[in-house]
Amino acid sequence: MTTTPYAARTGHQEAGGATAAPAITIRRRKADWTGWLFTWPFALVFVLVFITPLLYALWLSLFQNQLVGGNSFVGLANYVTAFQDPSFWDGFGRVFGFLLIQVPIMLLLAMVAALAIDSARLYATGLFRVVIFLPYAVPAVVAVLMWGFLYSDNFGLTASINDWLGGTVLQPFARRWITASIGNIVTWEYVGYNMVIFYSALKTIPTELYEAAEIDGARGWQVVRAIKLPAIRGAIVIATIFSIIGSFQLFNEPNVLQPLANNVITSSFTPNMYAYNLSFAGQQYNYSATVAIIMGVITAVIAYVVQMRGSRKEDR
Amino acid sequence: MTRSVRTTRTKAAAALAAAAITALTFAGCSAGAAPAAEAPAGSPADLDAALEEGGDLTYWTWTPSGEAQADAFMEEYPNVTVDVVNAGTATDEYTKLQNAIKAGSGAPDVAQIEYYALQQFVLSDSLLDLSGYGLGDLEDQYTPSTWSAVTADDAVYGLPQDSGPMVLLYNKEIFDEHDLEVPATWDDYVAAGEKLHAADPEKYITTDAGDPGFAQPLIWQAGGRPYQTDGTNVTVDLQDEGTKLWADTWNQLLEPGLLADIPTWSDDWWKALSDGTVATIVTGAWMPGILEGSVPDGAGKWRVAPLPSYDGSATTAENGGSAQSVIKQSKNPALAAAFLRWLNSSEESVDVFLDNGGFPATTAHLTSPEFLAEEPEYFGGQKINEVLVDASENVAPGWQYLPFQVYANSVFPDTVGAAYTDKSDLNAGLQAWQEQVVTYGSSQGFSVNE
Repeated sequence: MTTTPYAARTGHQEAGGATAAPAITIRRRKADWTGWLFTWPFALVFVLVFITPLLYALWLSLFQNQLVGGNSFVGLANYVTAFQDPSFWDGFGRVFGFLLIQVPIMLLLAMVAALAIDSARLYATGLFRVVIFLPYAVPAVVAVLMWGFLYSDNFGLTASINDWLGGTVLQPFARRWITASIGNIVTWEYVGYNMVIFYSALKTIPTELYEAAEIDGARGWQVVRAIKLPAIRGAIVIATIFSIIGSFQLFNEPNVLQPLANNVITSSFTPNMYAYNLSFAGQQYNYSATVAIIMGVITAVIAYVVQMRGSRKEDR
Repeated sequence: MTRSVRTTRTKAAAALAAAAITALTFAGCSAGAAPAAEAPAGSPADLDAALEEGGDLTYWTWTPSGEAQADAFMEEYPNVTVDVVNAGTATDEYTKLQNAIKAGSGAPDVAQIEYYALQQFVLSDSLLDLSGYGLGDLEDQYTPSTWSAVTADDAVYGLPQDSGPMVLLYNKEIFDEHDLEVPATWDDYVAAGEKLHAADPEKYITTDAGDPGFAQPLIWQAGGRPYQTDGTNVTVDLQDEGTKLWADTWNQLLEPGLLADIPTWSDDWWKALSDGTVATIVTGAWMPGILEGSVPDGAGKWRVAPLPSYDGSATTAENGGSAQSVIKQSKNPALAAAFLRWLNSSEESVDVFLDNGGFPATTAHLTSPEFLAEEPEYFGGQKINEVLVDASENVAPGWQYLPFQVYANSVFPDTVGAAYTDKSDLNAGLQAWQEQVVTYGSSQGFSVNE
């Protein structure tokens, strides 16, 4: 995607150089080829494992393979269906809401943790760092199974808390709480990961800046606001983009919890689960590919907009 | 300037074309995989010859005795090697099987498939018709309900491994403590549920969080026949008389909250069975063996009774049960069929299966005095097999599953499940389910309700 604008820019520069001698062009072209030669091991794998599946999915999305009647070319009919499919948009709405609420909470917590550890006012920062990061080292499926046990309101921790409080105060698997319950698991899993991103960005701030700030009389929050936050804006943008992609691709957590909250987590709970169930339970590979492509495009567009906004601020 | 741009573009175009060609090749692969072998013409003698000659087979199963049965087979036929693979249970296996069939390679020679899912594989032309090897003659060995589940017209698409005539398991300790009678009818059952829950709000007559593998056999028992398939013509009526009868009865338990909302097979479920939260299990005849193995705390407490009915009759239905089938992809279909014949009809194999707590589909075993006389201590010395076998003789005939039942079951929680969660009318849930099933069937090219 990035090669074309880059090439175009190079082209403009050459145009600025007015009359380029043919000999130079030939030498440039030779240089180009050598470069490509070096990239072929990468390019080969890249095309095979990245471009090919994408194109194959695109190809699949133009067909309909029926149990009765076989395969037929249907053009964009699958896309038309998907845009009118309430199951798809229901799942999309859910992950979008998830994104708007869970991501800010998670990033804020991660930010607070990173700033706290970086503040040099804590003892045993190494221990804190490891403990907060630890959940990320637990495989997602294991983590969700564990949380599923904690959430169980028949025999798990939730049941014990409910017994203690009397009544059924906590219902993590109830329809109106399930998304929040999943949000809690995801936050628990990824706060540490985002904290490490922020913390490593904080570590790269040159100490001269702090010295200068101290001489100028800045303290505490002023340092955070004027130096630390602006300096790690790039890291914040990156973490946000990762989180957006993660939210739109929400799959592991609801899918593993499904047997425990059977009727609440439907087969189209998130777009990824919908795509998965379409192809594996319903053998609708073509429609599944369509849903995946639409979701991919939406994710790419939103991630791109965030990146544009983020980097524009950086320019300022 | 232009040249440089153009070369980049050309390269990009070339790369794109190359990728497209690769994609096309891939697409070609999957399209080329479809053609399948013709139904084999052969005889039982061919199978014996294949066993003599030997070879390698792969067998996918999640039956606990699968490995032991294969070992016994290889001892008897040393020229044959059977590789037993647990490719997941039920739907997990079907997913892998479907993928392997679609990919054109990687499928096993023999696979375990539940009765409800069998039609789906028949429809995609994935299973070998075993009547070509004369295995249709084995009909007399099996119960009518299991045999009809593996056959379509004259074709035989598998041999039955086990059966699951429905019975009622009840915790006698709880029944005695609360002075409950073993219910003969569903009305009695509902009354027992009310009495138990009123006496102890922590206890429930049974668990049901919504499970298509449970609801459908009960609809079957109630006389419902919601699915009729004739070729590609499918009729779906999830509001026929029998289906409504079940839903109306079950509503009496669901709506007042007499059913524990614990999903079957979850950790909580096992705990509820062992700590006395749940007084009965409505289940298939394969369950006693599993209960004994998985709930040691229940020893001496549980008993087996006939399934309650609507009119006091002994009518019951099949819950679950599997067959083994030969996948068309098999490179050695005769050997695969020979293994299958041994697996599900030989004395040696079925004995291993029974030793592992399985419940057979073969009438010889079901009627053997030795089998009937068993008095497992776990069930307080009750002759449970008498009750189970009696149930197997009273399975109502005429039930059909959908040719896309695996999908239909996967959207049960989305539709009927909502009624379970809201403790509201199951009929509304069934109607929503019907709608989804009809839409899917039509989109897959079936004539549904036309």
